Amino acid sequence: MNPILQIEGLSVRLPAGADRQFALQDVSLSAYHGETLCIVGESGSGKSMMANVVMGLLPTGVRVDRGRVLFEDNNLVGLPEPAYRRIRGARIAMIFQEPMTALNPLRTIGDQIGEMFRTHTTLSKHEIANRTCALLEEVRIPDAPSAMRAYPHELSGGQRQRAMIAMALALDPDILIADEPTTALDVTTQAQILSLLQDLQQRKGTAILFITHDFGVVAEIAQRVAVMNQGRIVEAGPASEVLNAPQNAYTRQLIAAVPPLVGPGAKGIPSSAILAIEGVSKTYRTGGLFSRKRRVVHAVNEVGLMLPKGGTLGIVGESGSGKSTLARCIVRLIDPDAGSIRFNGLDFATLGRSEIRKHARHVQMVFQDPFASLNPRRRAGELVAQGPIAHGTPRREALARAKELFALVGLDPASTDRYPHEFSGGQRQRIGLARALALNPTILIADEPVSALDVSVQAQVLRLLDELRARLGLSLLLITHDLRVAAQVCDRIAVMKNGAVVEEGAAATVFESPRHEYTRTLLGSVPGRNWKIPVTSAA
Amino acid sequence: MTFLRLYIRSPSAVFGIILLVLVLTAALTADYFFPGDPLALAGRPLVWPFESLTLPLGTDNLGRDIAAQIFHGARISLLIGFAATSVAIAIGIVIGAIAGYYGGWTDDVLMRVTEAFQILPNFLLLLIIITVFGSTLPCVTAAIGAVSWPAVARLTRAEFLTFRTRDFVQSCRTIGLGDIKIIFGEILPNALPPVIVYASVIMAVAILLESALAFLNLSDPNVSSWGNLIGQGRAVLRVRWYVSAIPGFAILLTVLAVSLVGQGLNDALNPRLRGR
Repeated sequence: MNPILQIEGLSVRLPAGADRQFALQDVSLSAYHGETLCIVGESGSGKSMMANVVMGLLPTGVRVDRGRVLFEDNNLVGLPEPAYRRIRGARIAMIFQEPMTALNPLRTIGDQIGEMFRTHTTLSKHEIANRTCALLEEVRIPDAPSAMRAYPHELSGGQRQRAMIAMALALDPDILIADEPTTALDVTTQAQILSLLQDLQQRKGTAILFITHDFGVVAEIAQRVAVMNQGRIVEAGPASEVLNAPQNAYTRQLIAAVPPLVGPGAKGIPSSAILAIEGVSKTYRTGGLFSRKRRVVHAVNEVGLMLPKGGTLGIVGESGSGKSTLARCIVRLIDPDAGSIRFNGLDFATLGRSEIRKHARHVQMVFQDPFASLNPRRRAGELVAQGPIAHGTPRREALARAKELFALVGLDPASTDRYPHEFSGGQRQRIGLARALALNPTILIADEPVSALDVSVQAQVLRLLDELRARLGLSLLLITHDLRVAAQVCDRIAVMKNGAVVEEGAAATVFESPRHEYTRTLLGSVPGRNWKIPVTSAA
Repeated sequence: MTFLRLYIRSPSAVFGIILLVLVLTAALTADYFFPGDPLALAGRPLVWPFESLTLPLGTDNLGRDIAAQIFHGARISLLIGFAATSVAIAIGIVIGAIAGYYGGWTDDVLMRVTEAFQILPNFLLLLIIITVFGSTLPCVTAAIGAVSWPAVARLTRAEFLTFRTRDFVQSCRTIGLGDIKIIFGEILPNALPPVIVYASVIMAVAILLESALAFLNLSDPNVSSWGNLIGQGRAVLRVRWYVSAIPGFAILLTVLAVSLVGQGLNDALNPRLRGR
């Protein structure tokens, strides 16, 4: 069979002053009809740049240095713009990571999908409406006629992504490029979108170029895999071979970093609770006194949980389940409406402002986004020393302690006088950790501490968290949407949905014999759950 | 250093800074070139410029040296510009920061007060304050500052609204930092760039406001300011236009200089424009 798309010896040069000279270097691969080719790599590996080259949408200053992109025997590199426009959208379509920003917020979904037909065909208005409606039904959007009239913000994230897929498939393209299309979605929605893509592919025979960082997703949908690192393809082959018997050291390292989806063996966890949460509720009311659209949202609804002393409790849930609100209630960034949070004989739910400030050092928090959680205008050492200084430690002493903490979290103590932007994502998360640890807390709350990090860095940070917990005798409350992450470090798991805890128990039990329907759905949606990660010697 | 490099990339910003330095030099060397009182009589009234070597820019209708008044007036204009801007920025930042950080009813009350100032035309309010408190130089400066702060407050509030929910601010709260420290130590340095840029607008407007007051003979008559000179020239505008035109041109150059510098600061401080 002839490949529909063939990339040969492609090199793409970055503008001078970038972190490396080439975004892509000597990349060759081919895509076939009816096949899903997954391109896997960490951030900065050049996988998105490849999509840009194929679509002919290079950022300014970036240019193709060498190589060809053959689509039906036409070289796409250097193709004049009018000719490219006839191919783009009609023959090669693309879907993006964040459907909200890829859709125009001021135009209806139907209008935007209809645009595809108006641009590339001469169909009548009536026909376009019919075709659009049929497309939306095909991507299984509930109530297609009303979805056509909806604006992007009126649909959920999953529905928006379905609309994007409908738009991309409008003209039956030969190639569909999907750039991390499910990364911004919840795990259950992700499972639905992946099965939809597979289903559509089987019916239409489209070649899918699927760009992702997630090996679970790869295991779920790929027929062939290309692994990228630093702009080069380091390994390529059939999915079964690359996933189960990786040859390249880098691939092996990436795969070894994927946490397996099994609960850890039971550790001897003391049953005494260090933190007991009872009946905590937080309700939001939107719309003022005179508004007609008043809405009441129970963000956290009568939650009761206990954190075992020296153990790790994982709170798992999808976006909007209230897990982050609960964490913020515990550190009192948000004041809970009702309930008690007992710690050391104190009720954190009802303490006054100044008392919270005094006791804050016992319960510390690590934030999700390592780029947003550090003040860009302060030096790293200062960021770590800030807490102790606020609690009365002399400045010099606190700064000296910051250096020790840097060593503790695996950073170079000499780098304390650098600014946050000079560190990588994983390093910044370590600074955040040092900052929390500077106050010698007894409880550490980690809100999605690794979800913004690459998978290999994820594994390192998780291992560090677990190590420090054991070494410093911390109790850890880990909030995550990723069941694989929870499986790796948690002793106990609580599953949250719509503000309530639906299931709580020892991690191994929850993973092996979930009792609640929703837990089963969550576990059944984890991509690549049937793939048994090979044990390699690379890690 | 990178800031300097970004700044000098724009020719108009460099032109602005050169103009500003010229005006500053005039202000600083006024006593050297024109010692003594600039309001003292220097010769016959209404001498045309370039007629006499000792009076290069001529004299006004009372026979006072225009060049001396321009040089000494630069001091007053810049002084009022800087001082009034500082007053406006200080009031605006404090009110905007508190409103934006605390939100809720604090925000409501402070913003209604701000709006109360905004709905009155600036100049009208200025006239009222001057009428009530008199027109000495400190009073005029304070009054100009007092009518210029609402925009700064709104700008600062908008910045604070976006920053207060950022993770790094939340993280400062979890380590137990006090509100005052968070507002002025953590958020303010991040919120400052747009306020600094806006300060140049306030400064330009402050210079103009003072000139307008002086033109109406409502500024301090005992100091030599450009506005006073324009006000003097009004009486002889048809036959001796230069009496008003020369200080007018000085005001034009100064306001232009300040605005260009502000534009340059904006381009240099705004990270979105960096790649261009």
